Amino acid sequence: MRYSGFKVIKEALTGHKGWRPAWREPKPKPHYDIVIIGGGGHGLATAHYLAKVYGQKNIAVLEKGWIGGGNVGRNTTIIRSNYLLDGNEPFYEFSLKLWEGLEQDINYNAMVSQRGIMNLIHSDAQRDAFVRRGNAMILNGADAELLSAEQIRVEYPFLKFDDVRFPIKGGLAQRRGGTVRHDAVAWGYARAADSRGVDIIQNCEVLGFRIEDGKCLGVETSQGFIGAKKVGCAVAGNSGRLMSKANMRLPIESHVLQAFVSEGLKPLIPGVITFGAGHFYVSQSDKGGLVFGGDLDGYNSYAQRGNLPVVEDVCEGGMAIMPMIGRARLLRMWGGIMDMSMDGSPIIDRTHIDGLYFNGGWCYGGFKATPASGYCFAHLLAKDAPHPVATAYRFDRFRTGNMIDEKGMGNQPNLH
Amino acid sequence: MIINHPLLGQRDSAEFVYMGDAALIDRPDPASDAAAQEFYEYAYLRDNPAGDLRELWFHEGGDRSWLVVTRNTVTHEITKVELARDVARSRGRSK
Repeated sequence: MRYSGFKVIKEALTGHKGWRPAWREPKPKPHYDIVIIGGGGHGLATAHYLAKVYGQKNIAVLEKGWIGGGNVGRNTTIIRSNYLLDGNEPFYEFSLKLWEGLEQDINYNAMVSQRGIMNLIHSDAQRDAFVRRGNAMILNGADAELLSAEQIRVEYPFLKFDDVRFPIKGGLAQRRGGTVRHDAVAWGYARAADSRGVDIIQNCEVLGFRIEDGKCLGVETSQGFIGAKKVGCAVAGNSGRLMSKANMRLPIESHVLQAFVSEGLKPLIPGVITFGAGHFYVSQSDKGGLVFGGDLDGYNSYAQRGNLPVVEDVCEGGMAIMPMIGRARLLRMWGGIMDMSMDGSPIIDRTHIDGLYFNGGWCYGGFKATPASGYCFAHLLAKDAPHPVATAYRFDRFRTGNMIDEKGMGNQPNLH
Repeated sequence: MIINHPLLGQRDSAEFVYMGDAALIDRPDPASDAAAQEFYEYAYLRDNPAGDLRELWFHEGGDRSWLVVTRNTVTHEITKVELARDVARSRGRSK
């Protein structure tokens, strides 16, 4: 069923009796050409592009809970492509371009809103770094704009420009950045993939891999063995736990990142703002809640909840740039589990096991990467070669010294 | 989280800096033939278990000792705290 304005009007006039479930609930078949583990944004996007762009048939997506119940439903919904390094920027710009055409592609309203993102500058050294970053973005075909404090004052008059410790000296804006309704991304990709015959199997937990003579033959699941020519893992957050079943150790630690939503307020913040002196970022959802977050808690965790010191730190960051946030009450807070990699960049690569492919290590940049991650993983699964914008995301970059370390923090996952 | 420091008693985890898996105590031998591979694994690969993990915490805001804390990564429950010095010595390190 195709969604359209005409369809909405027709259903409104006929008692909404024509709507059907957006995807089927199939029983798993004994064998598939490609099995994707993880029914989150990345896994569902992979299935969609495999079916649509790479013409693959006979695909299944296995999800241990319900689709979209992991990090695609637990993030702060920001999209952007403001990276510095060559290994990253073309990939994220590709992703942003896919976001721009996503709703037409999957015939689903994901509420892609290019309301712009603004990284605030608080010192001369930071301006130098942001000028460099902006130039790198432009060289890779993205948009970037350096703004003075006076220009920012027009758009964001409520910011604390004259703070003694962290005065706002300017900002780097990416106008094409913005926010997306995150759940709709999972549902839209699921519906699009399902319409092309992909089996989305929920409540099907992968318990292990069947590996013989260095070749992966399929997966053992809570619904029995499912054979596959190729198995792709897209379970960021739980990558370490899943890949240990194939006796793999990864350059990844799992960490908890907290996020927060305030009570609903009238329209206040037009775009996305990030605080450059601490770590704080905020946008306003269409329901009016201020959506914000900051740093990781900093210790390994699979708990999906964090502790109070980071809550305090995030709120201090908020108070430093927009003191009026202190009047808003916090409505919700939660934690999501991040695959924190050793250089802060992701991995989309084959493993040493034939037929077993890996997508993970997204740190806390996974949501914005969803379309490109799915596209590039589908390319890898279909063609056994990396997509041109994802050639740097290899497992062996840590062995060969080709790390993609945006922040220059070294192999300390909790600092990326 | 409260860390029960062996010397100082109960301390707020915010006083500490986290360094990850305590396997980092077992530094490979740089003179070994397989040193390149061993150091790659030492520096970059992690077990990352869901469950009990022995990990290094540095008491930066306190007595600056290194601790080995056994903590459950699913519940955040801490079951054991040792001085990293004692752990390293018990594993044959001289200091």
